Amino acid sequence: MNTELTGVIVTFLLTVLLAYPLGIYIAKVFAGKKTFTNFLNPVERLIYRIGGIDPNKRMNWKEFVKAMLAINMLWLFYAFFLLLNQGHLPLNPDGNPNMTPDLSFNTAISFLVNCNLQHYSGESGLTYLTQLFVITFLQFVSAATGIAAAVALFNGLKNKTTDNLGNFWGIFTKSITRILLPLCIIMAVILAFNGSPASFDGKDSIVTLQGDTVGVSRGPAAGMIAIKHLGTNGGGWFGANSAHPLENPNYFTGMVELIAQMIIPIAMLFALGFYIKRKKLAYVIFGIMTVGMLFLIMPTMHWEMQGSSAIEKLGIMQATGAMEGKEVRFGPAASGYWSIVTTIISTGSVNSMHDSSMPLSGMMQMLGMLINAFYGGCGVGILNYFIYIIIAVFIGGLMVGRTPEFLGHKVEAREVKIAALVTLLSAFLIKGGTALAAYYFVKHGNADWAVQPANWLNNPGNHGFSEMFYEFTSSNANNGSGFEGLGDNNIFWNVTTGFVLLLGRFLPIIGPIAIIGLLAKKKYIPETAGTLKVDSLTFGMLTFAIIIIITALSYFPPLVLGPIAEFLGM
Amino acid sequence: MSNQNKKSSKLFESALVSSALKQSFVKLKPGIMLKNPVMFTVYIGTIIMIAVCAWIATGEASQGSLAYNITITAILLVTLLFTNFAEAIAEARGKAQADSLRKTREDTPAKKISIVGEMYVNEVNVVPSSQLRKGDLFLCEAGDTIPMDGEIVEGIATIDESAITGESAPVIRESGGDKSSVTGGTKVLSDKIKVRVTTEPGESFLDKMIALVEGASRQKTPNEIALTILLASFTIIFLIVVVTLKPFADYANTPITIAAFVSLYVCLIPTTIGGLLSAIGIAGMDRALRANVITKSGKAVETAGDLDTLLLDKTGTITIGNRKATNFYPANGVDATTFTEACALSSLADQTPEGKSIIELAKIDANGFNTTGAKFIEFTAETRNSGIDLPDGTKIRKGAFDAIRNMVTKAGNVFPAETESQVKMISSNGGTPLVVCKNNTAMGVIELQDIIKPGIQERFERLRKMGVKTVMVTGDNPLTAKFIADKAGVDDFIAEAKPEDKMNYIKQEQQGGKLVAMMGDGTNDAPALAQADVGVAMNSGTAAAKEAGNMVDLDNDPTKLIEIVEIGKQLLMTRGTLTTFSIANDVAKYFAIVPALFIASIPALQALNIMQLHSPESAILSAVIFNAIIIPMLIPLALKGVAYKPIGASALLRRNLFIYGLGGVIVPFIGIKLIDLVVALFV
Repeated sequence: MNTELTGVIVTFLLTVLLAYPLGIYIAKVFAGKKTFTNFLNPVERLIYRIGGIDPNKRMNWKEFVKAMLAINMLWLFYAFFLLLNQGHLPLNPDGNPNMTPDLSFNTAISFLVNCNLQHYSGESGLTYLTQLFVITFLQFVSAATGIAAAVALFNGLKNKTTDNLGNFWGIFTKSITRILLPLCIIMAVILAFNGSPASFDGKDSIVTLQGDTVGVSRGPAAGMIAIKHLGTNGGGWFGANSAHPLENPNYFTGMVELIAQMIIPIAMLFALGFYIKRKKLAYVIFGIMTVGMLFLIMPTMHWEMQGSSAIEKLGIMQATGAMEGKEVRFGPAASGYWSIVTTIISTGSVNSMHDSSMPLSGMMQMLGMLINAFYGGCGVGILNYFIYIIIAVFIGGLMVGRTPEFLGHKVEAREVKIAALVTLLSAFLIKGGTALAAYYFVKHGNADWAVQPANWLNNPGNHGFSEMFYEFTSSNANNGSGFEGLGDNNIFWNVTTGFVLLLGRFLPIIGPIAIIGLLAKKKYIPETAGTLKVDSLTFGMLTFAIIIIITALSYFPPLVLGPIAEFLGM
Repeated sequence: MSNQNKKSSKLFESALVSSALKQSFVKLKPGIMLKNPVMFTVYIGTIIMIAVCAWIATGEASQGSLAYNITITAILLVTLLFTNFAEAIAEARGKAQADSLRKTREDTPAKKISIVGEMYVNEVNVVPSSQLRKGDLFLCEAGDTIPMDGEIVEGIATIDESAITGESAPVIRESGGDKSSVTGGTKVLSDKIKVRVTTEPGESFLDKMIALVEGASRQKTPNEIALTILLASFTIIFLIVVVTLKPFADYANTPITIAAFVSLYVCLIPTTIGGLLSAIGIAGMDRALRANVITKSGKAVETAGDLDTLLLDKTGTITIGNRKATNFYPANGVDATTFTEACALSSLADQTPEGKSIIELAKIDANGFNTTGAKFIEFTAETRNSGIDLPDGTKIRKGAFDAIRNMVTKAGNVFPAETESQVKMISSNGGTPLVVCKNNTAMGVIELQDIIKPGIQERFERLRKMGVKTVMVTGDNPLTAKFIADKAGVDDFIAEAKPEDKMNYIKQEQQGGKLVAMMGDGTNDAPALAQADVGVAMNSGTAAAKEAGNMVDLDNDPTKLIEIVEIGKQLLMTRGTLTTFSIANDVAKYFAIVPALFIASIPALQALNIMQLHSPESAILSAVIFNAIIIPMLIPLALKGVAYKPIGASALLRRNLFIYGLGGVIVPFIGIKLIDLVVALFV
């Protein structure tokens, strides 16, 4: 078989193989069972004592959400302040300047919400202090916030009737000490041994083959690259992200980074099965998500390995596939695979330029983010999938002649209202944002702004439309990858995407937690032969159909005007 | 069963259709339209289109031809009318059904009793029934039609209830006890009764039901509300699709007409289910009424679909009427004929069905005995036996095994061992043994057996597949109860049941989160009827029972619960499948309209015109027309309900997903293409 394909398949199988025991471990950690990391107990107790936390205090869904929002708000102000003043603060060997207010607004939010949309380049836009104490710090806590939210969902599903979703502080702390930190240490060591820098020195300089002297940025990057993937954050230390040779030195690190970004989202699914003791439910969800992923990945890899029909018309051989915007050390198969993995998982790190993907591959990347629930981000992927489940339960429940129920709890008007609002929100934010951008581009192209709207797009036409649509899609999905080719570091994009990021992060977390909080409080109804089995393959297929149809119906017009029109016009 | 109410099963009767057509226009009032948020937005779209037509008429050129715009406007209006028609026809059918029940009781003469005073005979005046008020007393004699619903306070009568139940066999109603209720419109065949009116005119269950169907007091059920929210959110998603399409189109340098925007919007929003939703709800109540069940709210029908546990009385539901004598087992040394004769003699005065069945089995002419001078001994709870003392001093008794054994052994006689083992065998086979003795010597034993209704096992099996647990309630001892429960195939039983046992069982099931239904008639059933999630009172039952339940069964048929469950499930399934169908339809509509919108500026999009529609205008028209006519085409389904098959939840889901999901994707591709072929002839 083609070695390129073998590499991809091995990477995926390794991911699942490693995610399974990790899932068992995660379930044990949050169930408070004995694990080999129990030696960390004193460390956690110290953290609890310093923070004045009682990790066993019960929280209902409102208290849980309040705790989560309060601490996130605090981090936002902290990050904003540091970025705004980084030029004057220590650990700035390259003498990089302060961020502008709109860019620090966007950056602080972007990293807080686990998105890592970067309207700057790490080499010149940040200092080592902000890289470590803003960027890397937020990458840890945002991932832990996501995991904590998912565990709240698990707690609601675990008990027949309860209003206790667990203690946010306790779960949050354990997410970092027991899951993220240990995994990061392992991965950072692997990366450092493969050539990623881990030093506090400033720029190095090398003499190229042409004889030019080039300054090479570096810094304590290995640890940050580890958490950016493990926490599905995706923001690069360097501007070129994981296409950069120091961020992703070789095919092996490429595999490690691919495995790292997928492992926690998949492990969380297995953890769900073990934690609530419904393994079949977890396997069905995992199966459906995997099928969804394959639907996106297989055509993408095919198109990328086949190459561009436009180039073919010029009579140019494309023996290695579509190589524009790709790194030779990864090749089109692994790059195509990465481009889908990073978009379905909400990582948003890139090892190739998505702007250069084939038009329909670009659409697949957009679909990955529009659905945002094929595995999905660290913790939040399950929450997004849960919303689809609620809608599927409602329609499917009716179709079998019962008022809808999910795992023994009636799904009624309030839950449907919340699920509907969350579904609506994405459609509103993505299309509303794109519509606003298109409006300014067309009607106020020459507005007296620092960057005139007419100059936003490198490629007007269908591709330019895709660039704008991709940017809002990526923001709403908290993905953070960019289609590039878009002049996005200016007030319009910084501010609009900033708001989309915030709303697109927290409402889809609050919504599912509220639903599970309401559901878990209701009386438990035992299953009968007439009950819709949510852990059946049939129900999985229904959920899949709901995901496809809602996404298709909501985004058909912009997808037609962007990638489809571009493809048909090629 | 010859049931006159089931005769009008044709879906569209011309009288109903014409009144429904009229209603379709009346319902165009904004206040009424507002109740249905999805269709209200279509209403607004229509108004916008009327304005656009007026604008074009005054000379605007950028919006396409006037004829095209008027056509679109007309189709939208027709869409609204179709929706209203669906609701109106469902209402009309329900109302017609209820009216035919009500007609029987309108303005029948009533013999009203006016109490004059203690010393005088009460005055009886003939007044129209409409003048009777709650609490009034009236008199009914043989041949009279009962003017109002009421409760017998004095007397006993046989009554012909065929006017409401369709059942021709007369029934007995008497004061006191659980069969004291009479219904207006039924006829007294014999005897004389004094009845107290229990409802004000216009407030009977039937009146309430008519009001429910007519919409005056119809409230959305919780599930309907939740579904409406979901549909409204889909509507908003599509509103966003259409609104954002304007700047997208500007970016692509494509002018889009208002007609196209409105058409796209109306096609995408779930008009099919939105238009049929209230018709489905009304049809559910209507189907219940067709089964001769009056529901007091739409919610009760919905709940019926969710029932987990049914409490069924053994007698009448699982077994036919009462126990029957099936065998005589004489003791050793007793002649079979003598024994049979003794059995018959002991039952001569016994008017219970069991007693009668003994005489039947003995095949002895009861009048052939000379009973002059004989003394009949009534059954009492203390002695637990009954019988006869013949003039020659012979005492024949029959009764419960231990009662007779006591009697025999006390007199110093030996109770025959073979009879004792016979008794045990009968009990373990679910029968009831009655021991007969003559002058304190045991003669043998009579076997009484319950006759299980034919076909009942299959019905329980069907319920089990639906996930509904059946519980038999009986006064029998646990041994007998278990035997019958096993034989009939019920899942559980309550033996030696007292009224509070039912109540406790219901509460216990409900604590486990289950929904419970029961049927009852007596006043002592009322608390349990009220406690049950679905309480079906028999029409023959007391007023208290009828007040406590949320359904009234006019046929007094205990198996009706099973039908009610299916009606509830059908209601929910119809909602679910039509929602799925409606949403699935959108795929084809997108493929019809989106290429049509952009084909002028992006010719490559012709590739998306997979239906090969004639022109942009014909594509849009075809989609809108399909969207409109699918509503009346689905009215029969909405009214009849999607058939329920007890094949397990997953199989049912697969089946419905296949038919209504996949079908919903494919059908409009074909439909729109066909319509386009016709439209192309005109455009």
